[in-house]
Order: sequence, then C-alpha cells, then structure tokens
Amino acid sequence: MKIELEVNGQPRTAEVSPWARLLDVLREDLRLTGTKEGCGEGECGACSVLLDGEVVNACIVAAGQCHGRRVVTVEGLARGEVLHAVQRALVACGGAQCGICTPGIAVCAAHVIDRKLLAGKPVAEARAAVRELLAGNICRCTGYQLIVDAVLVAVDEVGDS
Amino acid sequence: MTPETAYTRPRDLAEALAVRAAQPSWMVLAGGTDLMVSAIHKRVPAGILDLWRLPGVGAITEGAGGGLVIGAGATWLEIGRDARVAKAWSPLALAAREIGALQIQARGTLGGNIGTSSPVGDSLPALLALDAEIEVASVRGRRRVPYAAWCTGYRTTALAADELIVAAHLPPLAAGTHLAWRKVGTRRAQSISKVMGAAAMRVECGVVTDARIALGAVADRPIRIAAVEQAVRGLARAAAAEAARAAMRGAIRPIDDVRSSASYRDLVAENLVARFFSGMI
Repeated sequence: MKIELEVNGQPRTAEVSPWARLLDVLREDLRLTGTKEGCGEGECGACSVLLDGEVVNACIVAAGQCHGRRVVTVEGLARGEVLHAVQRALVACGGAQCGICTPGIAVCAAHVIDRKLLAGKPVAEARAAVRELLAGNICRCTGYQLIVDAVLVAVDEVGDS
Repeated sequence: MTPETAYTRPRDLAEALAVRAAQPSWMVLAGGTDLMVSAIHKRVPAGILDLWRLPGVGAITEGAGGGLVIGAGATWLEIGRDARVAKAWSPLALAAREIGALQIQARGTLGGNIGTSSPVGDSLPALLALDAEIEVASVRGRRRVPYAAWCTGYRTTALAADELIVAAHLPPLAAGTHLAWRKVGTRRAQSISKVMGAAAMRVECGVVTDARIALGAVADRPIRIAAVEQAVRGLARAAAAEAARAAMRGAIRPIDDVRSSASYRDLVAENLVARFFSGMI
C-alpha cells in the first residue's frame, strides 16, 4: 500500500506492506538511518521516535498505521545547525559510549524536556524521575550516569521543566 | 511472491464490526505492543483491522450510578493520568503506570491487554479485584461479560470470532473499601511481572467484611483467591493479614519458567497478599 506521512516536518510517501515496521520504512525506504534497531521486540528503545507527539518504539509500529501520521526522528530534533538542548548536553557530558542507544535516548529525553514531564518534581527527585522516564531506553554499555547527568543539564538549561 | 496483507482503518465502530464479521481471521491491531513484537519473525497476517484511535471507543467517561467506563482504545498513558481512575480505582492507575515504559504506555491499550489475555497482563488482576465488566460488540449487538468469567484458559477469552472489545465498566466501590496493587518484577520499571496482584478490601467498624483478592502470573490466567477472601471475613486488620498468609499456603500452584521459580512466586504472593491487609490505611 502507499502511505503518506509527515516525517520531520516534510511530507513523505512510501510504497510498503502494511505489516512492515515503521523502523524499516524510516531506515530502508526513507533512508533516515539515525533511528537504530536494537532488540526488535519493543524492549530496548533504540528505535524511539515520536509518532503524533508521543514517544514510541518504531520496531513495533505497523507501517499501515502510519498513513496520515506525524513522525519525528532523531534527524528532526535539531533546528538547522542548532542541536536540541539535550543533544548538546549529551555531547557536553559525554553521555554516549558505543552510540547505538544514543539516538533513541535523545528522542525520548527531548520528548521529556519538550513536554515538561519533569514539571513539579522537586530537585531531589529529578534524578530518579529521569531514570524512570528513560526506563524504556536501555544502554548496554551501562553509561546511565552520564546520560542522566546530560538530561538534568538540559532540563536546567531549558528551564521550568 | 506473498500476497500483500490487506489493511483497513475503519472510520467508526459500525464499520469495524462489519469488517470483523466479514474477516474473522484478520488481525485486530491497536497499539501493536504485543502483536508487533518480533514482527519480522512472525507469519504475515492475511489482513489487519486497525483499531488504533478508532473514534468512539477510546474515551474514559462516567458511567451509570457512579461507575467509570474506560474505552478499549484508551492507552496506559491516558489511564495512568486520569484523575478519576487514580482516585477511585487506583489499582488500574497504578498498573497503567508500571506497564512497560513511556514508549509502551503510549501505544498499549486496555482493550489489547484484555484481548491478549496473557497470564502476565498487568491490568488484569486490577480488573478482577475491581469487579469490572467487559463490554463487547458485534453486528449482532452488544453484551457485557463479568471479568470473572472472561478468561476461559491460557490466553483464551469469552470473545466470539465476530466480536470486538468496546470497553471495561468499573462499578463504584462500597464505602470503606481499601484498594491495593503491587507488581514484583526483575527491576522497578519496564519489567515483565513475576507476580502481581490487586485487592479491594471492605472494612466496616474495624473488621474486614468483604475482600476481592486477585493475582496474576501465578496461573494460566489471572485468578481470585477464594481461600483468602473467606478466611479474612470478620477479622480486624492484623488478624486478617495473618489469616491471609495462612490461607495462601497451597492456594496457588505457580510454575517454574524463565522469569521466576514456582517457590519464589509462592513466597512473594504470600507476602504480597498478607501486606495488602497489614498495609491498609
């Protein structure tokens, strides 16, 4: 079937099986290879993208369901040359090791920040809250400490989240 | 060349029911958090009936007599953030917030959990303890099935081949009803349960007068623990906790599997049920 969807603000079309995974549509058909495949089972979050404004695992979204929907991938987080606050913080804090989980972490953390999901959390609880909100993004290098540091830095920078 | 999977996104429930009646073998797909797992290794479905965001079956609305009606298409994010669910039917809100992580909560639906009917479906003991009724629809009409009669075996339900799950009805709880929910997994967030349970315990003048205790992941389906429910009746809190612990012995027969052992599940389930009573506030 032919699907029409908005990806990173641009209208795109693809000829796909409705049972294909959004992950493969993005990587193979649209050549947006920033989104990574980790487990293929909806467990690890490496393929996190935004679908209609919510963070989802692209490996368990059927392509047919994406017709008429809005997708934002890691390629869509920056504004031109200006990285998202959390991308800058991940760079500054060294919040990446092998890098496979990093695009998914960036997408999920950007969502947490942009949607102000930490709003109202006391500073003392913010670290635990970030860990819980990012629980669906697994880093098998186990570099969580610096990743959480980066998210907290970005939250501070953006303010009021 | 394999024939392409058919795909339909109905505009409303009537259209969905017509497709369901005509194509009972098609996959009924909502958020895909279960059916799409390892999709590339699965047999390609003949057709997909896409119910994601189907108008009219996703809302959370107040029902008759102070109850709540949760549309089958409501996601865990929506259920977990609903103030009414959190206030009066808290086990379901707590289950919703511990199902997977954000990515799963954004896509997984109540109807999916009810339809898949996995023994480890996290919302299912809550539905059982809250005495929910499941509303289903087909081109033949609508009917309601008490959740206690919904599960007919391992991953099998009372749903007929032409029916779709429409909603769960949560009745109001009697005054003095204490609610509890607890999930035990390998880690705090995003884990598959080893044991989970929900309780609705009515206390009048300091004694337990009624209790519904439901456990998941300890049998082929979510189950009520009748032995405990009978043992605690008429007892004060501390005595009820002890009686519950004693009644748990031999009451369940969990299995050894990749996630846990039978003896661990036995002990955790016993502690969990006892704490439902000792922890009442």
